[in-house]
Amino acid sequence: MTHRGSRVLHVGSLSRVEGEGALSLHVHDGTVTDARLEIYEPPRFFEAFLRGRSYTEPPDITARVCGICPVAYQMSACAAIEDACGVAVDPVIRDLRRLLYCGEWIESQALHIYLLHAPDFLGRPSAIDLARTHRTEVERGLRLKKAGNSLMELLGGRAVHPVNVRLGGFHRAPVRTELRTLNEELKHALDDAWATVRWVAGFEFPDASVEADLFALTEPDTYAIEGGTPTVLRADGTNSHFPVREFTEHVSETHVAHSTALHSRLDGRLHLTGSLARFAISGRLLSPLALEAAVEAGLGDPREGAVCRNPYRSILVRAVETVYAVAEALRIIDGYEPPAHPYTEVPPVAGVGHGATEAPRGLLYHRYELDGDGVVQSALLVPPTAQNQGAIEDDLRRLAQHAIREHDPDDDELTSLCERAIRNHDPCISCSTHFLDLTVVRTSGTTAGGCDA
Amino acid sequence: MAAKLAVFKLASCDGCQLTLLDCEDELLALAGEVEIAHFPEASSAIAPGPYDLSLVEGSITTPEDAERVHTIRTDSRHLVTIGACATAGGIQALRNFADVEEYRRTVYAHPEYISTLATSTPVSTHVDVDFELRGCPVERRQLIEVITAFLAGRKPDVPDHSVCFECKRRGTVCVTVAHGTPCLGPVTHAGCGALCPAYHRGCFGCFSPSGSVNLPALIPLLRRDGLDEDAVGRFLHTFNAAAFDEELSK
Repeated sequence: MTHRGSRVLHVGSLSRVEGEGALSLHVHDGTVTDARLEIYEPPRFFEAFLRGRSYTEPPDITARVCGICPVAYQMSACAAIEDACGVAVDPVIRDLRRLLYCGEWIESQALHIYLLHAPDFLGRPSAIDLARTHRTEVERGLRLKKAGNSLMELLGGRAVHPVNVRLGGFHRAPVRTELRTLNEELKHALDDAWATVRWVAGFEFPDASVEADLFALTEPDTYAIEGGTPTVLRADGTNSHFPVREFTEHVSETHVAHSTALHSRLDGRLHLTGSLARFAISGRLLSPLALEAAVEAGLGDPREGAVCRNPYRSILVRAVETVYAVAEALRIIDGYEPPAHPYTEVPPVAGVGHGATEAPRGLLYHRYELDGDGVVQSALLVPPTAQNQGAIEDDLRRLAQHAIREHDPDDDELTSLCERAIRNHDPCISCSTHFLDLTVVRTSGTTAGGCDA
Repeated sequence: MAAKLAVFKLASCDGCQLTLLDCEDELLALAGEVEIAHFPEASSAIAPGPYDLSLVEGSITTPEDAERVHTIRTDSRHLVTIGACATAGGIQALRNFADVEEYRRTVYAHPEYISTLATSTPVSTHVDVDFELRGCPVERRQLIEVITAFLAGRKPDVPDHSVCFECKRRGTVCVTVAHGTPCLGPVTHAGCGALCPAYHRGCFGCFSPSGSVNLPALIPLLRRDGLDEDAVGRFLHTFNAAAFDEELSK
């Protein structure tokens, strides 16, 4: 494979991403003609076997879609089923849910920042290798991640697939003193989260910009996590929203041959969910501390309209969101008064319910149709990576095209560039059903070749 | 020379290999003792086999994985399966009791693009396995124990008794006796530390059947506590459906 003007490049197994996928890039006479994120993670058929289950079961069952963001699945499932049954939980329960979700945000963002993403900026294959030269930083990342896990373990029972979540609330609500045992670890975590912002702000960021529409939930007075209204920020700066129940009228899924994850479009256009979208749409509602972190990170002040569209800089936004989540956890613990009952009763009602929450990796939508006995008739799960897949491919195409025009990288360099580009978006391929390999196909009128990277 | 550790993933949620990354206090120490030779989720540096210890997460659900697991076996001195998917087929084994063609049509607009087997089977159905660590997900301390044991050349100390023993040890009041809550604790493998009863709910069996199970004796108790026949069926048919089913057919 020597003809660089035209080639087919294939990466058979992407590393430092969650799940399994491949990437193929087709280059014809110096022009990228196709970029495909091929998600070949075996299908597991959740939407099929949820039918016939009791309406009480999806929170435990759908947690198993993803080991990285089980709380997101539990929260979206509860929201959708409670919506179908016409039940609203009381504010104390809502706060406890937000607290559990903060644990997942801290754990998942620290995992992505330190273990999956930072090694790219420092030219290392892994955080374990990075620890040879940056031991203090890696230890800090692990400590921060552990603080998120401690919160999930205390409130949820365990970090992967928590057991304490149920419809209407929790099986057991913690007592005040129990939650307060976390204060010291979370206060250290706040220092670690700040140090993370300063550390990642010193990285070098290539120029790049995503053009897709940005899509996240919004709340009137707070940075949306455990609920909210789907809101779109278009590239031209216009903003619109719609009720969660109209989700499938706006987000349509199509099935393409190269992926076991479905591809989505939002009103016919590419869209991106996740940290960049949340920050652009709701950044002004971050707490004063997190706003200060954003400014310190060099992201600008979202109260003055600062938006970040550079996917490499998503690591900065994740660090800011981590500061926010730690401080938010401390705030909720500080004001916590145990509820009279750990859950609200949710009697079954025939109907359809919709729920969406902000998984660390972006907006996660669930819809369930129940009969009068609470038996699930149909289920629909739309994870963030499936929504982001089109925007990620578009970003890859433009990044690869830019690099080929600028300096015509060889296949190894192009592979590495594409893998970085994908990790910028923190795709969770297990969630979308689904992992990553890279193929670059370069062709011209006379030469075609392939190389397995 | 340091032992070479590999981590492989088949059909699963990533939760069991994440449990290794969740060993925040032990991860760097472990990395100092072994060469992490193949762990794509954590490192883009991939060294070829053979590996001294391979941890395999996930079940066999595609023709490609049914082939791949033989290569993994050939490349591994010791092969340990981790988690409910790898040891019992996992939640995706619910297809074993259904029409997978109908599943395919339900979930995908173009079922013809999807390559899948009609079953989700544990790794041990396809190749010899040196040890099976159960759980959905596996438990962190048990995982460290298994890795340490294999590196030291001894048998892992992972007891085969039921969750009930762990409840007693933890001092948790029996949820079935005290509250009539249906609980699979008596027939479920220990390992989680009897988590669910401590959070005021019945065990839902995510660690597979334990040794010396008397499942027929438990079923009337589940019915007494309010589960109808369908509900008993669903209770057993969740995260380790194939394993509990095998137990029932004994």
